[in-house]
Amino acid sequence: MSEEPAFRVRDLAVSYGSQVALKDVTLDIEPRKIIAIIGPSGCGKSTLIRCFNRMNDLIPGTRVQGQVLYHGQDIYANDVDPVTVRRNVGMVFQRPNPFPKSIKENVAYGARINGYKGNIDELVERSLRGAALWDEVKDNLNRSALALSGGQQQRLCIARAIAVQPDTILMDEPASALDPVATSKIEDLMQELKERYTIIIVTHNMQQAARVSDKAAFLYTEVNEAGTARWGVLVEYDDTSRIFTNPRDKRTDDYISGRFG
Amino acid sequence: MTNAPTDTVASPLVPRKGFSRMADPVFAALTGAAGILVLIILGYMVVVTTLTAWPAMQSQGWSFIFSTTWDPSRGQYGILAFVYGTVLTSLIALVIAVPFSLGIALFLTEIAPGWIRGPVAYMVDLLAAVPSVVYGLWGVFVLLPGLLQPLAVWLSRTLGWIPIFAGPGSGLSFFGAGVVLAIMIIPIISSLSREVLRAVPSDEKNAAFALGATRWEMITGAVLPRAKAGIIGAVMLGLGRALGETIAVALLVGSREQITASILKPGYTMASIIANQFTEATGDHIRALVGVGVVLFIITIVVNVAARALVWRMVEA
Amino acid sequence: MPVGMSAGTPAGAAAGAPAGAAAGNPLLMRSTSRARVVKDVAARVAMWLAALIVLVPVILILYYVAAKGLPTMDWEFLTQPTPYSMRLRGGGFVNGLIGTLLMVVLAAVVSIPLGLLGAIYLVEYGKKGLLAQVIRFFSDVMTGVPSVFVGLFVYTAMVIPFGFGVVMGAASLAIIMLPIVVRSSEEMLKLVPRELKEASYALGAGHWHTISRVVLPAAAPGLTTGTMLAVARAAGETAPLLLTALSAQEIVTRLVGEATASLPVLIYYGARNPFPAGQERAWAGALELLLLVLVFTLLARVASSRNRLWQ
Repeated sequence: MSEEPAFRVRDLAVSYGSQVALKDVTLDIEPRKIIAIIGPSGCGKSTLIRCFNRMNDLIPGTRVQGQVLYHGQDIYANDVDPVTVRRNVGMVFQRPNPFPKSIKENVAYGARINGYKGNIDELVERSLRGAALWDEVKDNLNRSALALSGGQQQRLCIARAIAVQPDTILMDEPASALDPVATSKIEDLMQELKERYTIIIVTHNMQQAARVSDKAAFLYTEVNEAGTARWGVLVEYDDTSRIFTNPRDKRTDDYISGRFG
Repeated sequence: MTNAPTDTVASPLVPRKGFSRMADPVFAALTGAAGILVLIILGYMVVVTTLTAWPAMQSQGWSFIFSTTWDPSRGQYGILAFVYGTVLTSLIALVIAVPFSLGIALFLTEIAPGWIRGPVAYMVDLLAAVPSVVYGLWGVFVLLPGLLQPLAVWLSRTLGWIPIFAGPGSGLSFFGAGVVLAIMIIPIISSLSREVLRAVPSDEKNAAFALGATRWEMITGAVLPRAKAGIIGAVMLGLGRALGETIAVALLVGSREQITASILKPGYTMASIIANQFTEATGDHIRALVGVGVVLFIITIVVNVAARALVWRMVEA
Repeated sequence: MPVGMSAGTPAGAAAGAPAGAAAGNPLLMRSTSRARVVKDVAARVAMWLAALIVLVPVILILYYVAAKGLPTMDWEFLTQPTPYSMRLRGGGFVNGLIGTLLMVVLAAVVSIPLGLLGAIYLVEYGKKGLLAQVIRFFSDVMTGVPSVFVGLFVYTAMVIPFGFGVVMGAASLAIIMLPIVVRSSEEMLKLVPRELKEASYALGAGHWHTISRVVLPAAAPGLTTGTMLAVARAAGETAPLLLTALSAQEIVTRLVGEATASLPVLIYYGARNPFPAGQERAWAGALELLLLVLVFTLLARVASSRNRLWQ
């Protein structure tokens, strides 16, 4: 039944300069599932999700050890171009970050730079429909993306990501800057998207994690004895239902029950 | 609907092809080369000018720097009088410009009503946009007869017993050049000082007010100590500009190769002798003038490096 | 960008209150001694005076350049070259105008792309690295190099082998502009939000696409401001042109090997000569040059006022 995983992470450790931010992460990510990364702030959730598309490379001084296998291929291998990784693994950020261009140009951006040969208008429509935004913007495709509401901007960013035709979409707290109505639209959209895409989402909202995800990874902050250094570790990774009802690790239980209390 | 996922699973990471793959490294190399070009030009400027000037400097020996005799017809090139003129005119400019620059910077950051800040700041910036040759023209035909000449005569008559004001006073002098230089560097010093003053946290200002300080006490107690290093840096950048300023000074300094204690006598600066004599010079005379430029370059670089270090420390902090 | 408005206004408003209140409120009167109030008032008066006195030369320069330049500034002045003698009336500075435009355009064409590339290196590649810091520092130092020294350099490196000319003048202006463009562009590029760049990288764009399609368009107004100010500065330079392009009475179209007039140099010669006709032309030339420089400054202002993307 279970397919070849989309990602296999083995003994992943990330450090910024001399400071270790994350270590001992080993997990498999099945395709076409929603995987939530949860944990207290500062535990390395964003650091971890940025390993899946090598966004950490953009921060000078970042060092990544261990392996991240994407369909069996180590994306941190020497001969892998991070740009090709990002063409397969899309990303949506915490704050909506549309380009100061028209709605259409935002969606078409990735396709244009990738040398897309097909019909751009079709691609734009397909992607906007895929992000459940088409009906709201179809008459205003040439308007500035900055004129949209926050929730619409975030869905535009999702449309922009899927226009590049990735197979995985990373979402780094995609709803944290949005109101509840916009948030639930994004959550509904994620359920549709998982039919075709693997979705990895960072969230600080336990209810959201419980609602949307199939599996959850709980990260926690460890501190050295002197108290001078702290880093994140993967405590538990399991089906979301199990994590939220019957976690194996006491730290997971404490964190989740504390938040729900 | 897109069926991309199944495509990509087959061969997950397709390498980029053609232009897209080459563009990044080529572009990176181009930007790096452009950055390094700045260093190369600067280095090349130093080397080429020094090599050109070297024979003249060598034949003069130390007297190139320590002699006041500048006589191209006899092959004697001593630049001390010009170094003196450059330093003196710049100091006069600073003495006049610093109080006004700080006054207007404090005015604009601390006490001016909101509606007046924009226009005044704009007018001062305008002063920075005026080309130096226009200052020179205006200085010679308006400021000289209207202010500098009468002022110089009056100063030498009433204060002539002090050596620096000894007569007969002339507007075409260290003093005249210094006044015009002062007008030219006020916008530089004041705009940089304004930036530095604005960097003082308003918490600290409010703390001073909360302790019952008057506006002036707040400025002297909270703002100035905090901004001191940055303001000194701004002043030194103004000084750097004054040392190197050429055309306006060439028109107003009076053009005489001499060292006098009196600021009301004509003289020369390093930049102005280059502007005045270069086009008529030949052979060793040209080499000697390039040598004057090299010494001027060294002086301004020292001043600028010190100033940058001070401003950087302030702004980075 | 209204200078000094953002940070200063709240403090200014807050500060007005205690001073105003001091007059009427006995509590505050008691806490502020007479000597302190006198000192405070004296300091304020001094600052107002400093501001007013600094405005005097601005107004005088603008007034005299307009008043003395306008009478001579006619169609003939704008379209005719300089007569062979300073004694003669008539003629104009079109030779200088053409020379200035040629040199400034040529200098801009070389130094703006190079400066921009250098700035991109500093912001996107070098960042806080050693090489970037060294380039940054020496660019700053280079902005302080006297322009007459740049003229000497170009003279020895280019004029001695090839003669005077437009290209030599342009080279010296380009060297003067380059560090200004580098540093002002760097400041503008730094303002482009990181989120925008990340959005582009996350879509599989490389550095080239991200910079050319996202960073540069977003920073365009600010970049225009900086480069226009550099152009304005170059257009007004005299000393380096005196050593590299010299001057000429006729319109020169050859780019190398022929002395060429520019507005600043013609004004300088006019200012040094004893004949009224030559001096009058210098004033008109000053007006022309000032207008040219102000046009660039104005363009810079317009560009910066459109720079609202991240404010």
